[in-house]
Amino acid sequence: MKAICWHGKQRVTVDEVPDPVILNEQDAIVRVTSTAICGSDLHLFNGFIPTMKRGDILGHEFMGEVVEVGRGVRKLKIGDRVVVPFPIACGRCLNCERELYSLCENSNPNAWMAEELMGFSPAGIFGYSHMLGGYAGGQAQYARVPFADVGPIRVPDHIPDEQALFLSDILPTGYMAAEACEIRPGDVVAVWGCGPVGLFAIRCAYLLGAERVIAIDRFPYRLRWAREHGGAETLNYEECDVHETLKDMTGGRGPDACIDAVGMEGHAPGLTGAYDRIKQALMLETDRPIALRQAIFACRSGGIVSVPGVYGGFLDKFPFGAVMNRSITIKSGQTHVHRYLRPLLDRIERNELDPSFVVSHQMRLEDAPLAYEMFAHKQDEMIKVVLKPH
Amino acid sequence: MSTPQVPGPPHPGDWRMRGAPLPEPSGDVPGAVTEPLPPGQHDNGRPDGLAGGLGWMSLALGAAATATPERVAHLIGLPDERETRGVIRAVGFREIASGAGILARKPPTGWLWARLAGDVMDLALIGSAFRRDDVDTRRLTTAAGAVAGIAALDALVAQAMRREAAPVEAPVEVIVFHAVTINRPAAELYGFWRDLGNLPRFMRHLHSVAVLDERRSRWRAKAPAGMKVTWEAEITEDVPNERIAWRSRPGSRIHNHGSVEFVPAPGGRGTEVRVHLAYEPPAGRVGRLMAKLSGENPDWQVRDDLRRFKQLMETGEIPVSESSFTHGGPARPPKRRRWFRRRPSTY
Repeated sequence: MKAICWHGKQRVTVDEVPDPVILNEQDAIVRVTSTAICGSDLHLFNGFIPTMKRGDILGHEFMGEVVEVGRGVRKLKIGDRVVVPFPIACGRCLNCERELYSLCENSNPNAWMAEELMGFSPAGIFGYSHMLGGYAGGQAQYARVPFADVGPIRVPDHIPDEQALFLSDILPTGYMAAEACEIRPGDVVAVWGCGPVGLFAIRCAYLLGAERVIAIDRFPYRLRWAREHGGAETLNYEECDVHETLKDMTGGRGPDACIDAVGMEGHAPGLTGAYDRIKQALMLETDRPIALRQAIFACRSGGIVSVPGVYGGFLDKFPFGAVMNRSITIKSGQTHVHRYLRPLLDRIERNELDPSFVVSHQMRLEDAPLAYEMFAHKQDEMIKVVLKPH
Repeated sequence: MSTPQVPGPPHPGDWRMRGAPLPEPSGDVPGAVTEPLPPGQHDNGRPDGLAGGLGWMSLALGAAATATPERVAHLIGLPDERETRGVIRAVGFREIASGAGILARKPPTGWLWARLAGDVMDLALIGSAFRRDDVDTRRLTTAAGAVAGIAALDALVAQAMRREAAPVEAPVEVIVFHAVTINRPAAELYGFWRDLGNLPRFMRHLHSVAVLDERRSRWRAKAPAGMKVTWEAEITEDVPNERIAWRSRPGSRIHNHGSVEFVPAPGGRGTEVRVHLAYEPPAGRVGRLMAKLSGENPDWQVRDDLRRFKQLMETGEIPVSESSFTHGGPARPPKRRRWFRRRPSTY
């Protein structure tokens, strides 16, 4: 089959690889009908996530048709049309029972690697480094899905791929980020990053009752999307002092909640930005927490900073003094996707939410190398690309 | 949580000892007392002469490897590449250094150990070369055999010279402790473990456990370099649903004793499974070093075995990813043929 493989920094290729096989009794094989490139795939593309190996199949956002099931699979049937959550969860450990699916205690065969870096291991993730499992990803014609009765959710035929696909990651991720803000009537939410997760976070913040949402980015087209599709007010951080402007916009209080949908590769104009770029290049820090620092500074005292953006390791100049002295709550985590599948699919079915608005491009799987380039360099106003493997 | 190589069992007040203490080492475990070797086993000149020979050999090998790395590469079946030549040349310099060291120092014990470390490194390098498909496997195998033979000789000579130099140390007992919380009732976990034949399902280094009678069992385990070791064990304590302790039977080649406890975790969080294991690595320090280099560290073994026990008991299977089959290779489906050959044993 054809699969998108990582071959080093900013090098992905379409490789011919063996078809997946059932390796565990509870596995299923899915014929991928749609897959997407996630903003977090760009961290892999740019070489910032450790323990990647040349030849790794990428991709953790995919859906398709079940073509084979292992002996231990009870609920899923061949022919089912399913979306697959990006974290792999067993459904039986204590964390899974508590609906903390992205913290499944059993799904990472390489848990010891993650323990070295992070103390304990989170769940395994499709196509996202060896430290997070070494699982082949879903940017391929077929994919093996472990614990097939726990993760995948059946999608009714009348819902097209473009509406269902993002249940795999970015829609629940945006939703969980907004949910973490514990929004109360009158709340103002600021969102750093107007990529797909940021756009969903904006939408979900309104859905959960936010009075105003302010979106922050530097690309005019992304800010336009945030205004037109999200209904947010927008700030271009290259054109204004974010902190002062947010203060002015909120009567001097600061936003009640701040969402960092940027993660480890943040940008900033001027000296701070250059400082982090140099430190990251010299490996003195693994992440550039520019958006996170800004969010903490901007957040009102006693407010919440919610972090769906991906961080990999160790941050520098982290303003913990502000967090402590101003009683700021930080909430983060890989999304517990399984928890949100049913309620969000219901909202899609009821037409309360149409996630397909983020799709700006559709390409063939073979065009993935080009798609990665375009997405990484924000060319052709790309917001989200859906790849068709067949 | 692990305890790196504490000599002797943990003291009674140790937090790890909540519950019952470790069984004392059985009488057949040698080395509770340090015995100095009887005098008069030195000055026959043999190790020294042999050591000198090994020193000259190092020099000759080193000279060949630094001067004509491409020939050495051909000899051991490697393709002639810049990278290969670089590695061989580096190995050559190392050989010259240890050769000179052995010849210059009396007694040269330290340098002999350095030689042995070099041998182990060479074996590791040759081992990694096997993964490539552009090598002459037959020549490479011969080279590996030769290096292994030389390593054995180095070990013997170094051991002999150390015996002359210092009284023999007590065999080092390695003590390992790990705990894992499993979301299942204690009785179920105890029952699975007590049926000893189940153990190889999650203890990767075990080949089989045959139950001989109520107390005795025969264990077969994989040893480094494709060897197998067998020993007999007996259960010394058996408290249903709470605790099992065992030790190797007198006369076994492998000396170990240990226990597993099943303690209900607070707040209905399942069961804490705590494993103590004390064992004497075969071949003492060298064995331990070799085991460590080949990834057979007992501390990691117990940790990983317990993780697999948890996976098996909670989910009914031991999840594997594509990378579990490519042995350090990329995360992509293995070819079917190779997949069967390389299947993890616990599956």
